Amino acid sequence: MRIHFKTSYEHDIRLFPDWWSFCVYATLIVIAVALPWLMDDFFLGEVTNVLIWAIAGLGLMLLTGQTGQASLGHAAFLALGCYSCIIFMEQGWPFLIAFPAAGILTGVVGTIIAIPAIRLHGIYLAIATIALSILADDIIVLMEPITDGVSGKFAPMINIFGIEIERWTTPDRFYWLVLAVTILCTLAYRNLLRSPLGRAMAAVRDSEVSATAMGVHIARTKAAAFGISCAITGLAGALMGFYAGAFNNETFSIVISITLLMMIVIGGLGSIHGAFFGAVVVAFLPQFLSMTKDLIGGSSVAIPGLETGVFGMILILFILFEPMGIYGRWMKIRIWFELFPFARKDMFKRQKSYLKTERLR
Amino acid sequence: MSTLLEINNATLKFGGVVAVNDLTFSVEEGEVYAIVGPNGAGKSTVFNLISRFYNPYAGSITFDGHNLLDRNADSVADLGIARTFQNIELFDHATVLQNLLVGRHRHRKTNLVQEMLFTPKVRQEEKRHREAVEEVIDFLDLQPYRDKMIAGLPYGVRKVVELGRALASGPRLLLLDEPASGLSVEETQDMRWWIDDIRKQMGITVLMVEHDMGLVSGVSDRVLALADGAKLAEGTPQQVQSDPAVIEAYLGAGAA
Amino acid sequence: MEVVQLLVSGLANGCVYGLIALGFVLIYKATEQVNFAQGDFMMLGAFVCLGLTNAHYMGLPFWIAAPLAIAIMAVLGYLLDFFVLRHLFGQSQTAVVILTIALGFVIRFVAGVIWSHEPQTLESPLAIGDFNIGGVVLGMADIAVIVVTVLLTYFLYQFFQRTKLGLAMQAASQNQMAAYFMGIPVKRVQGMIWGLSGAVAAVAGILFASKGAIDPNAGLLGIKAFAAAVIGGFGSLPGALMGGLIVGVIEPFASRYFPAGYSQIAPYTLLLFVLVFRPHGLFSQVRVKKV
Repeated sequence: MRIHFKTSYEHDIRLFPDWWSFCVYATLIVIAVALPWLMDDFFLGEVTNVLIWAIAGLGLMLLTGQTGQASLGHAAFLALGCYSCIIFMEQGWPFLIAFPAAGILTGVVGTIIAIPAIRLHGIYLAIATIALSILADDIIVLMEPITDGVSGKFAPMINIFGIEIERWTTPDRFYWLVLAVTILCTLAYRNLLRSPLGRAMAAVRDSEVSATAMGVHIARTKAAAFGISCAITGLAGALMGFYAGAFNNETFSIVISITLLMMIVIGGLGSIHGAFFGAVVVAFLPQFLSMTKDLIGGSSVAIPGLETGVFGMILILFILFEPMGIYGRWMKIRIWFELFPFARKDMFKRQKSYLKTERLR
Repeated sequence: MSTLLEINNATLKFGGVVAVNDLTFSVEEGEVYAIVGPNGAGKSTVFNLISRFYNPYAGSITFDGHNLLDRNADSVADLGIARTFQNIELFDHATVLQNLLVGRHRHRKTNLVQEMLFTPKVRQEEKRHREAVEEVIDFLDLQPYRDKMIAGLPYGVRKVVELGRALASGPRLLLLDEPASGLSVEETQDMRWWIDDIRKQMGITVLMVEHDMGLVSGVSDRVLALADGAKLAEGTPQQVQSDPAVIEAYLGAGAA
Repeated sequence: MEVVQLLVSGLANGCVYGLIALGFVLIYKATEQVNFAQGDFMMLGAFVCLGLTNAHYMGLPFWIAAPLAIAIMAVLGYLLDFFVLRHLFGQSQTAVVILTIALGFVIRFVAGVIWSHEPQTLESPLAIGDFNIGGVVLGMADIAVIVVTVLLTYFLYQFFQRTKLGLAMQAASQNQMAAYFMGIPVKRVQGMIWGLSGAVAAVAGILFASKGAIDPNAGLLGIKAFAAAVIGGFGSLPGALMGGLIVGVIEPFASRYFPAGYSQIAPYTLLLFVLVFRPHGLFSQVRVKKV
């Protein structure tokens, strides 16, 4: 086990606790950057998909894992980010302006929607956001003059200073673009965690009463969390649009919202790693299932609902046996090896906590 | 000495029940002021009035010349009022250090964008916050628990962490809601020394609700006895303890 | 005349929503858990009855199959609580929400595998056609739905007011700890609530399947019913039923009098309005948390 001797306050603020973890993450980034030379285009596309889902997951993680507000309507913000980015570009805006603008617009709209929503707790917030997700679908259809309704839109070519980027013709460049956005979003998330706003979010999640007594403005903090979360989700939505190439009102359905929430729960609520682990599961599950089907010699006919069914089953097992998600399991394995052979079984025993009710009726 | 906190004719009703009844008292700068009384006397309710969780039905509350009733619950801390809770309200899924750092929230000077970019100013501020928090950790001997999650800590330690979080905000007035409840004899003794030091070394005024009369008479300058939301007696610990009305309220009619 | 027709079909739909919403509220009141799979329970109940009744499957007489289906769903509800939800004790409400949504996915998948994704109709004696009163054409099934819902609500009300078990359930819902000390087996009572709400879902499902075709995705109706429960106020049984009726009645009128495209969004728009202006539902009072 590594022991950190802290000699200055800088130690606690640093991005990486020690040289070892700095090296690990640096290696990871080097490998990630070099990936296009190591993989064929098909797998590169899959990895790109994982990263896009991870960005969306980071967005929702900030809201659900960090601030404790479960949203079942984030597909609406994916859609808003996607549509606004593409529409801006159709107006002739360059990608480098349209893309952040889409993120900011989504964040602003998210904050405005949050203002009534933050008064809602738990299930009420869940149902409000479900309604939002369902409404988004219909609103896209109703706004046909701008959104092209059911027939949908096609993503244009991205052009950054003359470099053309497109998902199919230049998968490597598209991958690097997504990777850059992923790293930036992760950094922003990490920075929030080590500064007052991030702590205020955790405070709101764990005890609104004492957060208030410490001078944290609950509504403002939740609205900020909503805003940042929606902005990141909007960016992911725009990238999803480019990745899919074509999209319409059904691309960002309620199922996507639910999948996103399940994804971060499977990955591990409240951790950055969790968003990435969850994204891997979501992105590779369809491939995995079709491969298994081929292996057991099943027919090639698609079974409707199989993916969501299996996904649901995985989630149920996780909530029952490993509520901390993949990240929680990973941490336990790591600690077990670090302490070897001194790890005891009861070290990870969950603290029994009794129902702390917020219900008043 | 000047008056720091002043409560005048405060009344609070829940439906038909009068929780606080025409209560008037004031806390002087630099003193330790204790509120005692049987269960349901309205002691915690007084705290919740000061924290602005409840709105008084009538009366006024002023702190150092500021009308508290003009403020929302989240801006009470800005004036330098910090508090603890009867049933510990910590942030369970965060470390001790992070909990104490939330106490520094009222000193936040940076905005969202700066924090996302972690500009040099944020870094500098963070260092300042951490310096302040480390002092509190030293003062309360919390070093062994610094990076531990609250959820796994024993009750006595949590109680101290909550005190630490309130101290980290650098308050002028500290509201302690039953600081010794549930603590062992040794822990209560520690708490007593800390309250003494908080007042003497840090110059912080303390207003506390407490059942443990040993602690109350040990640290407090003045005591207020409450019953049914109204003032029963006020004075030095000895005066209040020997007041017939107080004895009657505690032991029932006819005991005095 | 048209108004009456719209009203009756709206009320009949509303009754189904109301019954599903009733299931939500039963569980919420007793356990503070929210069963987002209630709509899928309804679908499953309908399919179980259909599987027992239809000649293509088992071909039992409807009047034997229907009670059997209700009993099966009640047992399923109880087992679900016993094997899954009881182990979530102490975890956050969100965990339960997500878990039950996932459960809905699983139920939909299983139903699709067993009964296929083709829409099917229940060979129900309730669906014996329409009849005509003074120019108003009413579906027999619609009338049956309304009558059954009224009866069921009445019996549930009596059950909670009069029987020992009903009172125990009420007690357990108001204060688990106190109920436990008074000798009420809280866990078993909670299991029974899950069973009861499974049975109510089955009734809703049978009624729904008598009105028209059903397929595994019918469970998504649960979202609408959930909206109904929130509109009515999550804390009250009559509120849930009223919410269901409101949503049920709004739909046909919106699709008749609003331009196309606006009719689906009407219930959700109402829901958002209610959440913004009366966050705890139209029929409930609010109190504040004590520190």
